[in-house]
Amino acid sequence: MKNVIAKKPVNAGRRRFMVGAAGLTFAVAAGAPALQQLLVGTAEAATGSVKLNHWVTVFTDGTVAIMSPAAEMGQGSLTALPLIVADEMDADWAKVRIVAAPPDDKLYGNPAFRYLQYTAGSATVTGYFNNLRQFGAQVRYVLLDNAAQHWSVPLAEVVSEPGFAVHPKSGRRLSYGEIAAFAKIPAQAPDVVVTPVDKAQFRLIGKDVPRVDVAGKVNGSAQYSIDVQVPGMVYGAILREPMEGAAPENIDDREALAIDGVLQVVRLKYGVGVIAQNPWAAFKAKKALKVGWSAQATGRGFSNDKGYAQFAAIAGDANIKGVAWETAGDAPATIGKAVTVVEGEYRADYAYHAQMEPLNSVAAVSAAGCEIWCGTQSQTVAVTAVAQALGLPETKIKFNGMLLGGGFGRRGNRDVEFIVDSALLSKAAGKPVKVMWTREDDVHNGRFRPLYVNRIRAGIDDKGRITAWHHRVVSGRVLAFMDPVRYKTAQGRDNIAMRGTELPTYDIPHRLAEGLQQDTGIRTAPLRAIGVGQNSFANEVFMDEVAAKLGVDPVEFRIRQLAGTPLARRAKHAIEEVARMADWGRKRQGRGLGLAYLDYSGTQMAGVAEVSLARDGRIRVHDFWCVIDAGIAVQPDNIVAQTQSSIVYGLGLALTERIDIVDGAVKQSNFYDYHVPRMSDIPNIHIKLVQTRNHPTGAGQMATPLVPSAIANALFQLTGVRLRQQPLLPERVLHAMAEAGVSLA
Amino acid sequence: MSNTISVTLTVNGKRQSITAAPDTPLLWVLREQLKLTGTKFGCGVGQCGACTVHLNGEPTQSCLHALKDVDGKQVTTIEGLSPDTSHPLQKAWLAEQVPQCGYCQSGQIMRAAGLLKQNARPTRDEIIHYMSPNICRCGTYVRIARAIERAARESGAQS
Repeated sequence: MKNVIAKKPVNAGRRRFMVGAAGLTFAVAAGAPALQQLLVGTAEAATGSVKLNHWVTVFTDGTVAIMSPAAEMGQGSLTALPLIVADEMDADWAKVRIVAAPPDDKLYGNPAFRYLQYTAGSATVTGYFNNLRQFGAQVRYVLLDNAAQHWSVPLAEVVSEPGFAVHPKSGRRLSYGEIAAFAKIPAQAPDVVVTPVDKAQFRLIGKDVPRVDVAGKVNGSAQYSIDVQVPGMVYGAILREPMEGAAPENIDDREALAIDGVLQVVRLKYGVGVIAQNPWAAFKAKKALKVGWSAQATGRGFSNDKGYAQFAAIAGDANIKGVAWETAGDAPATIGKAVTVVEGEYRADYAYHAQMEPLNSVAAVSAAGCEIWCGTQSQTVAVTAVAQALGLPETKIKFNGMLLGGGFGRRGNRDVEFIVDSALLSKAAGKPVKVMWTREDDVHNGRFRPLYVNRIRAGIDDKGRITAWHHRVVSGRVLAFMDPVRYKTAQGRDNIAMRGTELPTYDIPHRLAEGLQQDTGIRTAPLRAIGVGQNSFANEVFMDEVAAKLGVDPVEFRIRQLAGTPLARRAKHAIEEVARMADWGRKRQGRGLGLAYLDYSGTQMAGVAEVSLARDGRIRVHDFWCVIDAGIAVQPDNIVAQTQSSIVYGLGLALTERIDIVDGAVKQSNFYDYHVPRMSDIPNIHIKLVQTRNHPTGAGQMATPLVPSAIANALFQLTGVRLRQQPLLPERVLHAMAEAGVSLA
Repeated sequence: MSNTISVTLTVNGKRQSITAAPDTPLLWVLREQLKLTGTKFGCGVGQCGACTVHLNGEPTQSCLHALKDVDGKQVTTIEGLSPDTSHPLQKAWLAEQVPQCGYCQSGQIMRAAGLLKQNARPTRDEIIHYMSPNICRCGTYVRIARAIERAARESGAQS
């Protein structure tokens, strides 16, 4: 049982979030006949006929509808966010029904993204957590206050049990549904203070509630946008410009139009669309198009090799100053006076998201406006982009948010081109259109983690401690391309490319991280773990190199370098614990162990890889140990699942995944030449979740960056050879070994 | 002249007459004509397994079978695996909380069902070998393997 709420003032900033325009933002309603059609997984979610309140509606039958503001792409937010509200309002979870919130930044925006309704960055639970607890506490207060008045007893004598208000002195009980029948909702939200996280008692948080989206995902009933069918719908496919900025100049569509079922060919600014009665005809017609493209495109002539040459020259030219991402003390001057200076250069190829559901959307343009069905990481961005593309006010766009068959950063770009596609083709056809990208379209028109050249210089004092760290990051620009709106306010700082260069737990007084992002014309996007995926690779391979140079054990070296802060103490625990799990000190015949440590947005993690090497240069990862401390674990088993997922994703990026740009265009096409991990590639994965009484931090992508660096460091322990470029391809391993004069024993 | 053919197949126990271009992959017939959207499009070239169905009882990738080649055949999709999500694999999938984005999971379950048909108690190595044609980008492989083992165990206990 929970004790009654203290009546204390609350932080005004928090209150604004909950109150909104309509007074206290929860409502009571009689019965729930049409609620079913609002539930998640139906196309009607958030647009049906039942009027729900902004966050919580308590029905007289005891059903509690809670809005979930985030997109569900496998990370579990759909369950985790309402769970936070339910825990604090002491709802009976069996009676909770989750409803996808409609697009509305003011009501549903993530505080972590300045109230943009954007699901990314593993920032959902951490961003919404305080506000949702606060709101849940207010709902509970109002319910209990109504019960107290009904019984004419002091509020202080009333407590809650899941779904009930209880008066222990008299033994009286009222369900939340019963209270809903007579409750008066105050116009002003009550001032309620929630218990700080380190003292809070949770009933649902930390208890592993089954995810609400899982049932429909084992019987085929879960609805993704690619599954949407609306009456009169036809199918679209688009042959896109081979590189950003090229436009169709001459179109020969005779062969395409001759294909049975093809209805129409549509010239777009960025490509050529075909509309057909069925998807197969649309795909065939797209293939049959012959299009000449305009020459103007920044990317023309560009290639990985050219990029590396250009980026390495910039990285090495101290006269070219970058935009400071993080500055402390005076790193260059301190390095100039250091006893020892160590330097390293690290590279990464382009990488592709490969979400399993190829991009697609459905749109129905009519005189009334446009209705869209899509899987997007930002509901409000999707509405704005479609409105702009059609020249309509946003109020004329009806949005249906569907489950995402994977996101990984690919579906949050400001122009959401894969949603605008169907709006434009529907307008041209005068009918609802489902536009699907083939896998080849998805690869060729991919927006990648950019090419990187990272250069780190560090100064080391006579006690073997790093005192200064200078990191120059040269990469393709990401934020400026994927979200010009956010970039405008970023003052040249590209957070997507630069995150991970900051070192909050290592005690290094002089630090400088410089961003030198280049517009090469190649399409880019955030990709799971964003810049941290490469910047942490550079950091942690570099740390290993310094340790080796000083002759210090890699575990010992990192622990020595940690600061004495509370966060760094959690880091120390993670490193020590992963070393213990992996039995770090034990030598294995023919195997190498490698360590990586990472603070990612406050989540503390350490990983160890155990690898062997085949004669053909292929690295085999046998085991991967990982410790993760993300503070309070709202859904502990789901954090383990996300960490397993992050490690598998990191394995592909570490070993096989690469995109080659040839004359500005993408060389790869499908899973036969872009190799993602399969079950046979997976090591034994051992995860320990450390639950601490800290504000919850991210979990969705956090472990991905650990994998490439831990593997590279393990390969060094095994062979004495350093690999400094992702992915660690067999030919790169063999080349590095030949250069070092090392052969396999 | 219309370049279509008509074929008859049995899908989830129900006879269906289909008219479409002869090279139309079975996948698109199932999804867009029969509205059985649990079978997913992932790659279109037999590389990912998201479209796995049973054709005459054998798991196969429905993107690789042209309509003209499936006349008279029996097709089972995820919707036909059990009437009420009661197949041991579906129950095991729930118990192990396997799906994340979930998009590949129909194909994973249909492939696993093919495995258990021919091998009621597969070893971990046999599971890994058999399941490797199917990609899960969320990397739920650890839980898929565990769920198959659980289903084998629990359906073995029943029989």
